[in-house]
Amino acid sequence: MMVLKEVVRVGIADMNVVKAPMTIRTSGLGSCVGVILYDETKKIAGLLHIMLPDSTLGKSSQLNAAKFADTGIYALMEMLKVEGVRPMSLKAKIAGGAQMFQFGSSDTIRIGPRNVEAVKEELKRLSIPILAEDTGGSSGRTIEFDPVTAILSVRTVNQGTKEL
Amino acid sequence: MTSENHITDMHLDVLKEIGNIGAAHAATSLSELLDRKIDMHVPNVKLVSFDEMFDLAGGAEAIVAGIFLRIEGDLSGSMFFVLSLESANHFIRRLIGDETFDFGASTLPDIGVSAMQELGNILSGSYLSALSDFTGLKIYPTVPSLSVDMVGAIVSFGLIEVSHFSDEVIVIDTQIREEGETGSTSIDGHFFLLPDPSSYITIFKSLGVM
Repeated sequence: MMVLKEVVRVGIADMNVVKAPMTIRTSGLGSCVGVILYDETKKIAGLLHIMLPDSTLGKSSQLNAAKFADTGIYALMEMLKVEGVRPMSLKAKIAGGAQMFQFGSSDTIRIGPRNVEAVKEELKRLSIPILAEDTGGSSGRTIEFDPVTAILSVRTVNQGTKEL
Repeated sequence: MTSENHITDMHLDVLKEIGNIGAAHAATSLSELLDRKIDMHVPNVKLVSFDEMFDLAGGAEAIVAGIFLRIEGDLSGSMFFVLSLESANHFIRRLIGDETFDFGASTLPDIGVSAMQELGNILSGSYLSALSDFTGLKIYPTVPSLSVDMVGAIVSFGLIEVSHFSDEVIVIDTQIREEGETGSTSIDGHFFLLPDPSSYITIFKSLGVM
C-alpha cells in the first residue's frame, strides 16, 4: 500500500503543528525566519514563519502572535504543549533572515539579521537548544521538516537543496 | 487613520484610477522601448492577506526577476515590477541582442542586470511621474534593485512596513502584456504598488475624496 505523505503548508506570519508521517513546510522565506520546534521521541513538530523581531513594533490593535519572534515562539510552544509535548524535550532548527535588498530604511534593510537575533534570544530565554541553522545571506529559502527523521530540508534558487 | 478599516469602494476606485494612469504611461514607455504594442489591463485593486499577495505574483515559491524600489516624499510605499524568468529572458534578450542571456544562470552578465535595472527605472519612473502629476504630490523613487529569487522572499521585503500596522495590504496590481506574434513568447508582468498605510490619507486628500 502506498502511504501518501501529507505536507502541511504554513503561510507568512502563521504557524502550525504536525505529527509524523506528515511533514511541514513554508515557502519563500526572505528576511522572515522559519522556526521549527520539535520533539524527537514523540515525532511532533511545529513551524512558525515570523516577519518581525519584536511585538512592540506592532501598531495594530489585534496582535497576530505568529508575526513576531518574541510572541510567536512562545505561542508555538503552547500549541505543542496541547499536543502533549513537554517544553523541556523541545529542540529547534531555524532558517531564513536573508538581506534580499541592500536599501530601504536602515531598519528595514537589517530586518533579516534582527529577526535571527530575536529568534535566538527568545529560544535561549525558553531554554530550547538550536541544533541547526541556515540563516543570513541574500537568498530566499523554502524549508520542509520531517518529524520522523528530524531533518530540515532547505532549498534555495542557486544552491539547490541541503539537509540540516 | 492608521489602518485600512475605513477604506470604501470609492477609495478603491480612486486607487484604481491611479493605477490606470501610472500603468498607461509605463506601457507607452515600454512599447517605445520595444517598438511593439503593449497591452495594459485595468488594474486590480484589492485588500489582500500577505499570502494572497504572493499568489497574485505566481505563488511564494515561483522564481521571478523582481525589480523593487521604495517610494519616498509626500507618499511612501513599495513598488515591484515582477516578471517570470521566461518573460524576463525574452525581454532582455531582445533588448541587448543576446539570445543566450539567461536569468536562470548562476552568474549573470552585468549587461543583462543593468538592462533589467534600466527597464525598472524607465517603467517605474513613467508610472510614478504620472502619479505625481495626477495627485500633485512629490514622489521620489529610490534606485531600483533587482533580485532573481522566490516571489515570497522578494515581495515580503516590501511588506515589512505594512506589517507593523496590519496583516493585510492594499495592492494596486496592473498586468502588463506584450502580445507576441503567433506562437512566440510574450511578456507577462505585474506592477505592484503597495502604499504604506500612512499614505492612503495623503492620496485621498490630494484628490479631494477625504
